[in-house]
Amino acid sequence: MSQESDVLVEIDDVYKYFPIKQGIIFKREIARVHAVDGVSLKVRRGETIGIVGESGCGKSTLARCITGLHPITKGRIVFDGQDISNLRGRALKPFHRDVQMIFQDPYGSLNPRRRVGAIIGDPFDIHGIASGAERKRRVQELMELVGLNPEHYNRFPAEFSGGQRQRIGIARALALKPKLIVCDEPVSALDVSIQAQVINLLKDLQDELGLTYVFIAHDLSVVRYVSDRVAVMYLGKIAENADGEELYENPRHPYTSALLSAASIADPDAAERRERIVLSGDVPSPIRPPSGCRFHPRCPKAQENCVDVAPDLIVRGGDTASHLTACHYPVEAAENLAVETAAIEQLSTEPTLPSA
Amino acid sequence: MSLTDLEAEASVPPASEVPGGRAIEGRSPWQLAWARLRKDRAAMISLVVIILLVVMALMAPLISKWVGYAPDFGDRKFGQTEDGLPVGLTGHHFLGTDRFGRDILVRSVYGARVSLLVGLVSTALAVIFGVIIGASAGFYGGAIDTILARFMDVTLSFPYLLFALALAAAFGASTPLTIFVITFFSFASIGRIVRGQVLQIKEREFIEAAKSLGAGSVRTMFVDVIPNLVAPVTVLGSMTIPTAIIFESTLSFLGAGSDPRTPTWGNMLSDATQSYTVAWWTLFIPAALLLITTLAFNILGDAVRDALDPRSERLFAAQKANRKKK
Amino acid sequence: MSLLEVRDLKVSFDTSDGLVQAVRGVSFTVERGKTLGIVGESGSGKSVSTQTLLGLTAGALIDGEALFEGQDLLAMSDEQLRRIRGKEIAMIFQDPLSSLHPLYKVGKQIAEMIRQHESDVSKAQARKRAIELLGMVGIPEPGQRVDDYPHQFSGGMRQRAMIAMSLALNPKLIVADEPTTALDATVQAQILDLMLRLQREFDTALIMITHDLGVIADLADDVLVMYGGKPVEHADRRSLYYRPHHPYTKGLLESIPGSTGAKTRLKPIPGQPPSLINLPTGCAFHPRCEYVMDRCVPEEPPLAAVNDKDGFPDLGHTSACWLPREAAGLSTEVERIRQEAVALGRTTGALGSTAGSTVVDAGEAK
Repeated sequence: MSQESDVLVEIDDVYKYFPIKQGIIFKREIARVHAVDGVSLKVRRGETIGIVGESGCGKSTLARCITGLHPITKGRIVFDGQDISNLRGRALKPFHRDVQMIFQDPYGSLNPRRRVGAIIGDPFDIHGIASGAERKRRVQELMELVGLNPEHYNRFPAEFSGGQRQRIGIARALALKPKLIVCDEPVSALDVSIQAQVINLLKDLQDELGLTYVFIAHDLSVVRYVSDRVAVMYLGKIAENADGEELYENPRHPYTSALLSAASIADPDAAERRERIVLSGDVPSPIRPPSGCRFHPRCPKAQENCVDVAPDLIVRGGDTASHLTACHYPVEAAENLAVETAAIEQLSTEPTLPSA
Repeated sequence: MSLTDLEAEASVPPASEVPGGRAIEGRSPWQLAWARLRKDRAAMISLVVIILLVVMALMAPLISKWVGYAPDFGDRKFGQTEDGLPVGLTGHHFLGTDRFGRDILVRSVYGARVSLLVGLVSTALAVIFGVIIGASAGFYGGAIDTILARFMDVTLSFPYLLFALALAAAFGASTPLTIFVITFFSFASIGRIVRGQVLQIKEREFIEAAKSLGAGSVRTMFVDVIPNLVAPVTVLGSMTIPTAIIFESTLSFLGAGSDPRTPTWGNMLSDATQSYTVAWWTLFIPAALLLITTLAFNILGDAVRDALDPRSERLFAAQKANRKKK
Repeated sequence: MSLLEVRDLKVSFDTSDGLVQAVRGVSFTVERGKTLGIVGESGSGKSVSTQTLLGLTAGALIDGEALFEGQDLLAMSDEQLRRIRGKEIAMIFQDPLSSLHPLYKVGKQIAEMIRQHESDVSKAQARKRAIELLGMVGIPEPGQRVDDYPHQFSGGMRQRAMIAMSLALNPKLIVADEPTTALDATVQAQILDLMLRLQREFDTALIMITHDLGVIADLADDVLVMYGGKPVEHADRRSLYYRPHHPYTKGLLESIPGSTGAKTRLKPIPGQPPSLINLPTGCAFHPRCEYVMDRCVPEEPPLAAVNDKDGFPDLGHTSACWLPREAAGLSTEVERIRQEAVALGRTTGALGSTAGSTVVDAGEAK
């Protein structure tokens, strides 16, 4: 393990539940969404940690816990040596300077009624850092940095294309020279040719400014490209956490294998060669997650044990010290999961073709 | 920082600068809306009508002086026929007189004053209260929301006509009372819609972005929420004006609005019930004015809504609707 | 006779901002049981062209021919089209929630569809078929789920239900418009797998519209790439992925982060897609093209055959580009044009001031 001073963010057994309330005047809690359910993760300075998972796995909620947008239910988040999990309101303000977020939707994350200059200059206003001409100068510097024409200072978001709007969001996030940027699906709403532009920009900015990224996406190839380490989430828990290449080359959790095999490949021969592990069923509801290992109802390798005992996220036999897997029966190197189907409690989604 | 490579790689000028691309000027959403509104002929005619009405109302004393009759006093000389009936459209009275021999033209322009004043002032007040209450309810949520939302519900369930008649009976009919009554019964429906809008805006990502920058809730409210309310509130306001004008006339007609002696369109209509069988103009002229005014405001309000709601979105909605037909 | 033959389809919309030329002349054919992939970014006209075939673009100015089994779809009345829609040609949309009526049970919607087109089917029979169909697309316990409302289904199940509905009347052609874009990777794999199996089973032709070259890599027989409302390249799958001719196709393939995990710098296409109201002159792609020549600016290239491996023109592989007819990036002649374009600063990405973008990328492409 690396030294503690290297660690910028330490997420320690964090839980985030959202209560579901019912009633008109006297609301009472009838259930809770287990969005993040005991996640531990360390983010080191200068690295990019990718978090992948499907919708409902809690990756966006985790991102919002890290940036302080959601107060956490239980656990501890230490940022740069300071425990921020119990800070509220004003006490969080210095923290908001160091941690910024880039959002998924380039249309929704910019206020359509405000000019670009005002949007990018917001952080200076809020933290009372610069105003007037000084603010304008610094905003224009930022615009240039992210590849926008500084003369467009007075334009409205609607006058920019999706990729350019994402650049505006990036400029806003960079304004206060943050230590950490949490990117929540920053390119998934963009066209393919524009995605590459934004990814290159993010990488260049990291090299130049020494940024640390938490990069959240559902697109595995994008995450593989940008990340040093990758954590795979499933239903509020981390299923596997390893160095990027290690995870992609040698996945140990059956869910990781399935996810990797399901990714689309823009290469006909490779696409025909690979054997898709087609998982049965859908992701269960996070309101009543399955017992034991969360993945067991869909897992081709599940056994009785998996129904009862939740596996710990630990180093499994034969792996390097940084490769953690939460699985009782990790995937072996030459194993072929494509031919197996979920063994336990599965609701088959196999098509019932008419017998021809 | 030496970022030359980086800048070179990153700098992608917007589509507006692509050779042959369409030049897009830096126009604000309001400029765009105004450009769209200007193309709408019906809206422009309505706007001209409204401006004419306002000018007419402002010039009421001048018009009164010019034709030589006061609004409140009957013309003993030419105002009535020998049988004491209203006179028709003559050289002395361009729009005739009513059963007291009062000049209808003069009374109509004075009536426009009351109608427009009540319509605009009560709408403005209703919008102010509606936005404050609706926005607070939506933005702060929780107990504040519960209390304010229930308060608006209670207001909306009042039998407003009975309430207005009762107030008029208790305090005596007057214009300020009319304004109070109309405001009281209009703000809640505006407030309810504003609350819904705020709840929607609150879910938008740019609010989250502001929060993640450390912006306080007051700042977020004024910088990010309120500006996004301006468009829907403008539409709501322009739709409320004609309702308020009709409301005022209704109250006057029932004798619960302005003092029955003040020249208002509602009072004129009320008077006309006594005389329209022999003098159609006593009914026709105030009714026509009321119709033209409310129609103009309604058409303009409609057009404002269309102008503020960009065409692309409507096109998209039409496409979706089409898909559903399948 | 081909199942569907589209000839020179043009679609435009008259908006207050000007004439939007959404589709500017597209031709393609779809054979029975085959899959055509249409690839393009937002605003390329890929969705509009197929929606037009089914009469779903209200208020559009339409020109061209679309022969479905010899009958021109574009000349049909609404009534005739309605009979074909669903029965002969079915559509699957990106967002199944907007295509399923929220207030009716899923099974009932499928049954209604069947009864609308086949009036002699009884209610009970239609329901039975709906249950069969739901089972066929892999919805567990179809006998019970048939009485669920759309909101009780998950995203993947709704898309399955949409597919069930589209299969209900054994259509000859299914048009799928980004059917998996809204879905997660594992669910996307399920749905694609399902569509492939069902297509083989029923010998249905399929038009698959997508922005993701990965989705159709192992699905499409032919691929049509669109840009700025026009087809830029049309080829069988292998030629398109391995021997692309048009610089746009090449750029699209190169801007995807590789599945191999190589961390070489990505090669984005510089600039932004064009405005459909005021398109660039000549080739619509020229402001973003790294091979741009003098000729590209005034003259619009037609679709022409590309040479195959042995140097003979391959009529099945066409590309609208003035470059020599060899596959892109392979011949020295093409490379010379690119270097010339870079040297002269022709490849602007958009404007002269940003010529650096290509220089940087060109340097790293080696």
